[in-house]
Amino acid sequence: MYDVIIIGAGVSGCAVARELSRYQVKACVLEKAEDVCCGTSKANSGIVHAGYDAMPGTLMAKLNVRGNHLMGELSEELDFPFSRKGSLVICREKDGLHRLEELKERGEKNGVEGLKILDREQVLAIEPNVSKDVIAALYAPSAGLVCPFSLNIALAENANENGIEFYLDTEVQKIRKTELGFWVQTSRGDYETRYIVNAAGVYADQFHNMVSEKKLNITPRKGEYYLLDKSAGTQVTRTIFALPTNFGKGILVTPTIHGNLLVGPTAADIEDKEGTNTTADGLAAIAEKAGQNVSGLPLKKVITSFAGLRAHEDGHDFVIEEANDAPGFIDCAGIESPGLTSAPAIGEMVAEILRKKLGLTENPHFQGRRKGILDPSKLSMEERNELIQKNPAYGNIICRCEMISEGEILDSIHRPLGARSLDGVKRRTRAGMGRCQSGFCSPRTMEILSRECGIPMEELTKSGGESRLIAGTNKDSF
Amino acid sequence: MEKKELVCIGCPMGCVMQVEMEGEEVLSVSGNTCTKGERYARKEVTDPTRIVTTTVKVKNGTAERVPVKTKSDIPKGKIFGCLRALKNVEAIAPVRIGDVILKNVAGTGVDIVATKDVEAR
Amino acid sequence: MEQYEIVIIGGGPAGLAAAVSARNAGAGQILILERDKELGGILNQCIHNGFGLHTFKEELTGPEYAARFISQVEELGIEYRLHTMVMDIDRKKVITAMSREKGMYQIQAKAVILAMGCRERPRGALNIPGYRPAGIYSAGTAQRLVNIEGLLPGRKVVILGSGDIGLIMARRMTMEGASVQVVAELMPYSGGLKRNIVQCLDDFGIPLKLSHTVIDIKGKERVEGITLAAVDEKGVPIPGTEEEYECDTLLLSVGLIPENELSSQIGVTLNPVTSGPIVDESLETDVEGVFACGNVLHVHDLVDFVSEEAAAAGKNAARYVDKFLKKENIYGKEEADPYHGQSQAAVSLIPTGGVRYTVPSIIHPDRMQEEQVVRFRVGRVYYNCYINVYLNGERLLHRKRPVMAPGEMEQIKLKESWFANVPKNAEMTIQIEEA
Repeated sequence: MYDVIIIGAGVSGCAVARELSRYQVKACVLEKAEDVCCGTSKANSGIVHAGYDAMPGTLMAKLNVRGNHLMGELSEELDFPFSRKGSLVICREKDGLHRLEELKERGEKNGVEGLKILDREQVLAIEPNVSKDVIAALYAPSAGLVCPFSLNIALAENANENGIEFYLDTEVQKIRKTELGFWVQTSRGDYETRYIVNAAGVYADQFHNMVSEKKLNITPRKGEYYLLDKSAGTQVTRTIFALPTNFGKGILVTPTIHGNLLVGPTAADIEDKEGTNTTADGLAAIAEKAGQNVSGLPLKKVITSFAGLRAHEDGHDFVIEEANDAPGFIDCAGIESPGLTSAPAIGEMVAEILRKKLGLTENPHFQGRRKGILDPSKLSMEERNELIQKNPAYGNIICRCEMISEGEILDSIHRPLGARSLDGVKRRTRAGMGRCQSGFCSPRTMEILSRECGIPMEELTKSGGESRLIAGTNKDSF
Repeated sequence: MEKKELVCIGCPMGCVMQVEMEGEEVLSVSGNTCTKGERYARKEVTDPTRIVTTTVKVKNGTAERVPVKTKSDIPKGKIFGCLRALKNVEAIAPVRIGDVILKNVAGTGVDIVATKDVEAR
Repeated sequence: MEQYEIVIIGGGPAGLAAAVSARNAGAGQILILERDKELGGILNQCIHNGFGLHTFKEELTGPEYAARFISQVEELGIEYRLHTMVMDIDRKKVITAMSREKGMYQIQAKAVILAMGCRERPRGALNIPGYRPAGIYSAGTAQRLVNIEGLLPGRKVVILGSGDIGLIMARRMTMEGASVQVVAELMPYSGGLKRNIVQCLDDFGIPLKLSHTVIDIKGKERVEGITLAAVDEKGVPIPGTEEEYECDTLLLSVGLIPENELSSQIGVTLNPVTSGPIVDESLETDVEGVFACGNVLHVHDLVDFVSEEAAAAGKNAARYVDKFLKKENIYGKEEADPYHGQSQAAVSLIPTGGVRYTVPSIIHPDRMQEEQVVRFRVGRVYYNCYINVYLNGERLLHRKRPVMAPGEMEQIKLKESWFANVPKNAEMTIQIEEA
């Protein structure tokens, strides 16, 4: 019998797990994928929003600003890359000016600090590649960039180190109310729990609707992106947003925390909750709109494109509360943008609900600091030599585009909730994320994974399930 | 009389050539723009041959596999026979370039030789 | 800091030939830095034959071709380091390298030869829509898996791109038991050699669909199929021409990109057409004493020409070092010498009329040999055409060619005598004239 079962090891579920691990509690996270950070959390803009978008008084507004506020300290505690680079909302037409003002006021009501309207010259002085048509921009110094994988994985690892159990490849199939709480049927056996945290992303409505009559409806809203080579990463130094219209936030252009350039997302409501395919129309739409606010975008330097699904709930606000007619079932649903930014605050809020309900007491062994995978490129040559002397694997470069060594890959495999697949290694170390898109390093990373995890090459996967990389051996069919 | 059509591999021109044959005898070659083309056509329609390259497993080597080839060209129709004959062949390290790995592969009279050195582990 | 006369970045065919030639031209301390576990570069996985017809007058496999150069390197006692990644090179030719055994360290070179080769263009660069399942490989990655590790990446294969690696892999996968459904090519012509189309596709009944591309990839976990469509002259898919193919693997052979990240770190200017450094007749880049050759300079189709080009770079680097030493030790630092003097003319080679680029793109007449090889590619297929070379409006060369194609590198030879009395900053144009 668990006190709490968290469904979903995305950034919300893992943020809840990590905050919950501050208390003495028997809790676990159930995840249908083979790794944490496999759904909405892995395919988004990687932006820490300032908080002027959401309407004052909404949960989105509150948690966005709170999440933004917490992100700095959290990135130090959990050792993940985060940088407050700031953002600009670009206005190119006179009749857009009042909307820029509106955004500023809204932001101020939401508690966003430092918002400023810059005139054309001021904008071009700090971002010379912004379109020359710019007439003004809303500058938000508190906006930032985060590595979405690192944030999610750091939260999961730290939760795990502090006693939260994780069951991967474990798909929740049915939930039934019981006298003491809930009975949860999964693809890998049944669980019983007093409380459930429903952090299932685009599937959160399905689980909610299993226990509650007050139905939720989540529509996967597809966002497609282009990722550009690092040589294009300095095109802009801040996140460049379009002025939002009735049709949404539009296409943004931003450097990523690792120095690539990201352009996107589109917004298209779809039915398939697994529909993470890119489309010809979507990719064409990005190409068409990308250049509106930033000039000279080198779209020839695209190294990959991808799509993510935002978990859009009909009410267009986060749903974070105990279901009225299902005591013990805590929703964490409708977590669309700014969900990544809000994650630390979502974790805090849900953990607080659970603390009160369960009367939890502090975990005396809680260790809030976590050491991430060492980034040798931040070391001096002397330090790096010392490291290689102690562990020669750090002297062996596996991914030549991102310059990732065998040492980092070994670390990613052997740490808590370590990588078991090619994508798992990629999200943790960036091996395979560079300009050749794993053409060079994938056979080498596969060899390391196979050796370290004792998985035969034919059984290795790209990302769990049936995503096997190798079909057989030479001449085996003769 | 039989007519065969083939594309010349001599140069990027890629002439489409027609060959008229009576049994095994070539009566005429047309469509070629040089003599190289005619020579190729005559050989290709009467006695097409290929060098086959593949790999075999290595025992106790510093590599899993060693690349090999047929020492000279073999009839095109024997390619898969040659590959099947190599399915379970294992070379023993050390292997040197030119070492015979399998004699008279698939009855062609041609040996399989290593095309790379592999040191013993 | 360690010191070497010539440091060669990369121990593939270009690096090996450059090293041998530099030593034969008298260079003393030469060091090859190679990131892999052995010399030979990509040739080690190119186990098919067809290499060396120009160089050795016989057909060799990739590993055999490499072995010929490796044994020369060994015989000449040229030093090389394996498992060694070059992390950085600065303008002063200080090279930062790293390996398990030696850690991170620096080397001061007098001359550097860039011979890093190229990498494959990934799927992302093509913007093929669809899922991102397992089973999408670049042809070279599949080649490594099949030829080095004996692993079959898939059993039912579609190949996009008819470059030589794609064609070669169609045959290799077939010969190891996979079934190759189709090879699709966006362009109306193949980028590969005729011989490979016949011997890799026709021999096995594999269809080649020109002016076709992949417009969708199906399968969420592993590739389950792709959609192929015909494209118009602009490469845009034509609605109504879609065809579905069931497959578990998509191999991409859609182009090679010279790997010039290190070159950019040094400050070498790149040619946007080739993505390789801009070089002069000595294959010297615009950073003095930094030379480039092989696929890092421009993508070749025949390794024989890589070796030839690299040999020239090696010889010129040796010559540079020789002058460099003399300048320091004999003439004193300020002495202008014919090798580095800026006094003479520099003739720019301007590709035009169907010629996409030339290597080299600058000629210093005072440094050139009696004959100067210039290599280039054309932008489309030409039949019955002429290669024309003009210097200051005067036609110096008018050579008939029955056919030219983008997939085959062309070469012409310039004569030193043409450049006698050439004015400063003259222009030489190279163009294709259709009959």
